[in-house]
Amino acid sequence: MGTFSDSLTLAAALVAHLDPRFVDIVALSLRVSLTATALAACVGLPLGAAIAVGRFPGRQALTVLLNAMMGLPPVVVGLVVYLLLSRAGPLGAFGVLFTPAAMIVAQTILITPIIAALSRQVVADAWGEYREQLTSLGAGTFSAALTLIWDTRYSLATVLLAGFGRAIAEVGAVMIVGGNIDGVTRVMTTTIALETSKGDLPLALALGIVLIAIVLIINALAQYTREWARVRYG
Amino acid sequence: MADVASAGGLPIVCAGVAVGHNGTRILADVDLAVTRGNLTLILGPNGSGKSTLLRVLHGLLTPTAGTISWGGASVRPRRHAMVFQRAVLLRRSAAANIRYALDLAGVRGAEAESRIDDALAEVGLRALAGRSARVLSGGEQQRLALARAWALRPEVLFLDEPTASLDPKASRAVEEIVRGIHARGTTVVMTTHNLAQAKRLAYDVVFLHEGRLVEQSPAQGFFNAPRTSEAAAFLEGERL
Ligand SMILES: Nc1ncnc2c1ncn2[C@@H]1O[C@H](COP(=O)(O)OP(=O)(O)O)[C@@H](O)[C@H]1O
Ligand SMILES: [Mg+2]
Repeated sequence: MGTFSDSLTLAAALVAHLDPRFVDIVALSLRVSLTATALAACVGLPLGAAIAVGRFPGRQALTVLLNAMMGLPPVVVGLVVYLLLSRAGPLGAFGVLFTPAAMIVAQTILITPIIAALSRQVVADAWGEYREQLTSLGAGTFSAALTLIWDTRYSLATVLLAGFGRAIAEVGAVMIVGGNIDGVTRVMTTTIALETSKGDLPLALALGIVLIAIVLIINALAQYTREWARVRYG
Repeated sequence: MADVASAGGLPIVCAGVAVGHNGTRILADVDLAVTRGNLTLILGPNGSGKSTLLRVLHGLLTPTAGTISWGGASVRPRRHAMVFQRAVLLRRSAAANIRYALDLAGVRGAEAESRIDDALAEVGLRALAGRSARVLSGGEQQRLALARAWALRPEVLFLDEPTASLDPKASRAVEEIVRGIHARGTTVVMTTHNLAQAKRLAYDVVFLHEGRLVEQSPAQGFFNAPRTSEAAAFLEGERL
């Protein structure tokens, strides 16, 4: 118990003094996961909306596939991206393995299905409600999809927050493709895993505290957004 | 207000129209013509197929049998508008809801703004133009939906129980609006379960019973001397 409270004191000092090593790790985590979320949104949102509104063969199968891919194990995504990016792999020529870029790619692949599947649900629900009205007003499929995305923008914002939460908290994928190199590809989760096994608990705890704080903030933001939009727009 | 220019979406002609759903019959063998300038009321008990018939007439629902044509064409004309029983409004201001509909119809700029102002004034919602549409009361939402449809200056306006959720005063106000829209040349087809309202408004009555068009007559004749026992029973029941 003594070790725990000592570690906690040291961890608090790391956070309070904004220890540079600690700050770099947090900053890289945020950079990788925010970039991955932005990229996944660019693919996932339109994909989700297209599946919700579009009429094309294989639509049902795609929905099932996306829902299944929501539960992709991060280590498996890491392994696949590792194989693609490794020197001998099809994309080896880019030489991005063990760089933050590789970590962004892995997290993007991990959360794109999540964002697509959740946005499909949001847009499909709205489409069920709006369909006849929008058809009556003469909206084509594409213009209807844009209208639905805009009208559900607050729900979709919480979808993005969910994607970001998943990315920032995952460890398996970034560990494999980033390599957990000190000062280069070390993020919060991989550092916690490594430092805990090495017995350096203060840094691990300090990062753990930050990670929990981020997850709490994301959830609070999501709830606040929903509530605010409900009051403002009904 | 500008008059409604004549366009080619009339008459609407249904021949032997049937709508089925998983083996159940919702509409059967409906022959009906909606002619220019008329104000037709579709009457019938709950579940008799009134809303379904409106959807078919508006081209939102393809009949499973029979044919429908609009001014001889088989595609839904763009200048027909519908107010649904439950208003579907977008998450934006009242004015922006009308602007959205006008934009889809290709009406923008000053012309759009003047029509928005006109339409909101017509339904008594001008003061609420900037209010978010979905936080309006049920009756205000219904009137906004009516304003949005009217702003399109439709050739035909379909209304599905537009006064069902309104108090008597608001209900009479909507009736006046519908009468005004009709007086400016729009052909109106409306469902209602309010007999008094039907009597005040109707030129023509279409009576549905269990998915069949049982009677179509001028309003006067229908209310005074229904030709079928189903219609007589319906009028009798509603009077009780
Ligand atoms: N999409 C649908 N699926 C199954 N049944 C339907 C559907 N739409 C309408 N019905 C049924 O068709 C009948 C007529 O419905 P509707 O046209 O809404 O009647 P009304 O407007 O006269 O009350 C009802 O029995 C209703 O349950
Ligand atoms: Mg109905």
